[in-house]
Amino acid sequence: MKRHALSTRIWHWINAVSVIILFMSGLNISNAHRYLYWGQSGFSPDQAWLAVPRFPGWATIPGYYSLAGARDWHLLAVWPFALGLLFLWIAMLTNRHFWRDIRTSPTEWHPKAIWADIADHLKLNFEHEGAKYNFLQKLAYGLVLGVFLPMMIFSGLAISPGFEPAAPWLVEILGGRQSARSLHFLFAWATFAFFVVHIVLVVLAGPIRQIRDMVTGGKE
Amino acid sequence: MKRRSFIAGTSALFLGACSKIADSKIGSSLLHAADDWHRKAHRALSARKALVREYSRADISPFFRGNGSIDVDTDEYRAHVANNFADWRLEVRGLVKNPMALSMDNIRQLPQRTQITRHDCVEGWSAIGEWTGPQLSIILNAAGLLESANFIVFRCADTLSGAQYYESVDLIDAMHPQSIVAHQLNGENLPVINGAPLRMRIEQQLGYKNPKYLTAIEAVASLDNIEGGKGGYWEDRAGYQWYGGI
Repeated sequence: MKRHALSTRIWHWINAVSVIILFMSGLNISNAHRYLYWGQSGFSPDQAWLAVPRFPGWATIPGYYSLAGARDWHLLAVWPFALGLLFLWIAMLTNRHFWRDIRTSPTEWHPKAIWADIADHLKLNFEHEGAKYNFLQKLAYGLVLGVFLPMMIFSGLAISPGFEPAAPWLVEILGGRQSARSLHFLFAWATFAFFVVHIVLVVLAGPIRQIRDMVTGGKE
Repeated sequence: MKRRSFIAGTSALFLGACSKIADSKIGSSLLHAADDWHRKAHRALSARKALVREYSRADISPFFRGNGSIDVDTDEYRAHVANNFADWRLEVRGLVKNPMALSMDNIRQLPQRTQITRHDCVEGWSAIGEWTGPQLSIILNAAGLLESANFIVFRCADTLSGAQYYESVDLIDAMHPQSIVAHQLNGENLPVINGAPLRMRIEQQLGYKNPKYLTAIEAVASLDNIEGGKGGYWEDRAGYQWYGGI
């Protein structure tokens, strides 16, 4: 059996490209109005809970300030991102990847077990017998796939006025349109934090084998 | 510092590839097609006459921000302001059976709709206000749209960087119950910064699709020969998406 299923590998790379484009074009969009608010409305700095720094050109798509250009990229990349995530969830639930590898059991939530896992990580010991992923991996993948990425989609839909008539309740459960916009920003950075940790751990665990296996599938 | 220049270098490579794609013919048509897919998805997911949320008076923003044009710099407009817009006319023209020129009194005598809605700017901010005016559908039905009409173009008195502001929507958005020709904001005549004397409200779309200082409503078959051909000032000038529902 392959270490990574074909569906996982296809999704991984489509998702990687989409998320990078979404994040970098999102930073350009953020530059258009650098204040975040809670609730339904907000438009001036004195109402803001956060004044976001201006992001430099090398971190944004396009590489210069263009709200229209950034929105073009953002609105295109969201299609492979959202449909890809839906595809992965269907695949994970049907090929048992989710039930077998990602779902946690109550015993794993025991503080002692979690500490042991953290200690293993700090010692850079990446061998774990039996299960494919250790607890921290399951938790990280579960959070990203089940919370961070879906929240990017839901909060993005909630800030679209044309989508509102289809599901006005979505804006409400997220606390209002400006709250949804703040959540969109916060979950984008949560996803970025995962991205950084993910890259660091891949590098520490042997990047060539890790990347090769995510392309060819590798061996169990 | 080295790591930083590595990140900056990688990002420059990626950005270079992105701008190559954006400049290529297939790339740019793909970027624009995505906007259309969003419009179709939004339309498929909601009923034609489904409404955006309406708020209560308590939610109204203390001040309604003016953005883009906040005045019209002509002697003619200043004369209209001095005269309380008594001579302002809203023309209804193009592919209609009965072209009309409505005075402010005519507009106030039509059945009115009052709605407290949220205005979302493409930049990201939102403000809530109470708008009053006749539904655009009432005006269009009175004028009688011809079969050949596909879009409604809104002509405006204001200019930005020397070009006339204008906007357009398709008939689905034009006939939406919340699409109104507003002459009041929060119970008062429209302030100049918000588009006096008339402003379109297209509530399911972003602020730039809600043109101010309205002078004419024009029914057309195609947007190709109107100004820059992309259906609006910002669309022509900076490549903004024609569908502003996202």
